[in-house]
Amino acid sequence: MSACTRDEWMTIAAARLLQGRCVCFVGIGLPSAACNLARLTHAPEIVLIYESGTIGTRSDVLPLSIGDGELAETAACVVPLPEIFSYYLQAGRVDIGFLGAAQIDRHGNLNSTVIGPYDAPDTRLPGAGGAPEIALHARQVFVMLKASKRSFVERLDFRTSAGYLDGQGARARSGAPGGGPRAVITDFGMLTPHPQSEELQLTALFADASIDEARAAVGWPLLIADRLDAIAAPSAHELDTLRALDARTREAHAHPVRIPL
Amino acid sequence: MILPLADAIERFVADGASVALEGFTHLIPFAAGHEIIRQRRRELHLIRMTPDLIYDQMIGMGCARKLTFSWGGNPGVGSLHRLRDAVEHQWPRPLELDEHSHAGMAAAFCAGAARLPFGVLRGYRGTDLPAHNANIREVQCPFTGEMLAAVPALNPDVTILHAQRADRAGNIAIEGILGAAREAALAAKTLIVTVEEIVDALPPAMNAIVLPHWIVSAVVPCRGGAYPSYAQGHYARDNAFYRHWDAIARERASFLAWMDEHVLGAADHQAFLAGLQQAAA
Repeated sequence: MSACTRDEWMTIAAARLLQGRCVCFVGIGLPSAACNLARLTHAPEIVLIYESGTIGTRSDVLPLSIGDGELAETAACVVPLPEIFSYYLQAGRVDIGFLGAAQIDRHGNLNSTVIGPYDAPDTRLPGAGGAPEIALHARQVFVMLKASKRSFVERLDFRTSAGYLDGQGARARSGAPGGGPRAVITDFGMLTPHPQSEELQLTALFADASIDEARAAVGWPLLIADRLDAIAAPSAHELDTLRALDARTREAHAHPVRIPL
Repeated sequence: MILPLADAIERFVADGASVALEGFTHLIPFAAGHEIIRQRRRELHLIRMTPDLIYDQMIGMGCARKLTFSWGGNPGVGSLHRLRDAVEHQWPRPLELDEHSHAGMAAAFCAGAARLPFGVLRGYRGTDLPAHNANIREVQCPFTGEMLAAVPALNPDVTILHAQRADRAGNIAIEGILGAAREAALAAKTLIVTVEEIVDALPPAMNAIVLPHWIVSAVVPCRGGAYPSYAQGHYARDNAFYRHWDAIARERASFLAWMDEHVLGAADHQAFLAGLQQAAA
């Protein structure tokens, strides 16, 4: 196996979490790559839903936006967006939601709204999109986010989406229907919630990463699980499939579009 | 009623109006947005789930006083720099935000389409959005006692869509991703639809007509009217343009120069497209 990047390793580790026929609500970027990699390797029956309204997409390339034409062309069906959020997500018909964010805290709460105060932000971020209700309703949520002291923070500037709130069962007491963030895949490995406190703890490392690296990248005193797993290196098949997908995507996006004169 | 684009904007989009140019990534009515900029409309309340490049342009050109939205980025690329400049530095003028989640805004459009006073959803729980937006409140179910999120109905003065086809009676057919276009259209007091083509008879597909003729105030023939967004079956999304916009819009001067040359300097959408083609050649 040739050396892989941490982005590739993150994508492959996330893809392995998706099994069988699970119904997956997909965000753009790394989550989209992970979900399609799972579909192209070990989980061909997985159902991918994009918030633009496409259900069961089997795109040959990764979309740049959440609503590229390939998603509709390869979908089993295309429904209006309000139906995706009400009849599918809110109705409890989504197994897994994949989220990214600008900031995460130790209980898996996410910020994608602002850095600084809301009314006078230092950085205005894109905002919530589908995230608050994906975080609320999906049976399980997986978060993909690279770690740094700016992204894994002691205190969020804004809570856009609920993880485990303040932990210790606070999420369940709030009446949230979904199970919350079951895994955070980052560029040194994986964090999962402690069964009682619901604080994220390091449970698995990539083979070339260390506990010191993880601690240095996280903005709170990171808990280390009693049992620390090593995440198996990408197989040749996984890596080849991902790289071929990326290459097809690059080629498709470089193809000049005819201006419709 | 079939109208030229400039006439439809002149007639139906007034200063101070609430305006929704909908279309979720697909069928974004860029030509209509550019015409609003050319006609120098001011004080608009812009409504759109994903402001996208078209609202970045309208905000940067000073058309808007308020924005109702749920996700304000350049999809797959990054920031909308003009939106950020308006929020972070009040340039070219302050912009009031009415910020939602997608689910909340979809519920608000659905309520508007049904002429109900508010939309209801199981949402926003555990988020800071309600603390910053008085338009997100709670309502108790009169049957179970459950507390649910409520958002006021959205009823834009004008909704503008782009579609692939209309027939001569004004029935509108759309293929592909719909987003909340249908709900935004039915929620509006006035509906303008720009179309790739007007045909004698729409293809005989039972579910092809998304909006029947008496809902539609004006049909505007406008080929390429969604570019650089796309029209399924006609032309693809110009992802390279969306990437390129990041550099154009990053600085005020480069943004204004581009708008001046390509939008204000073009008489209409055909001239805009011809200008881009010339620049690419």
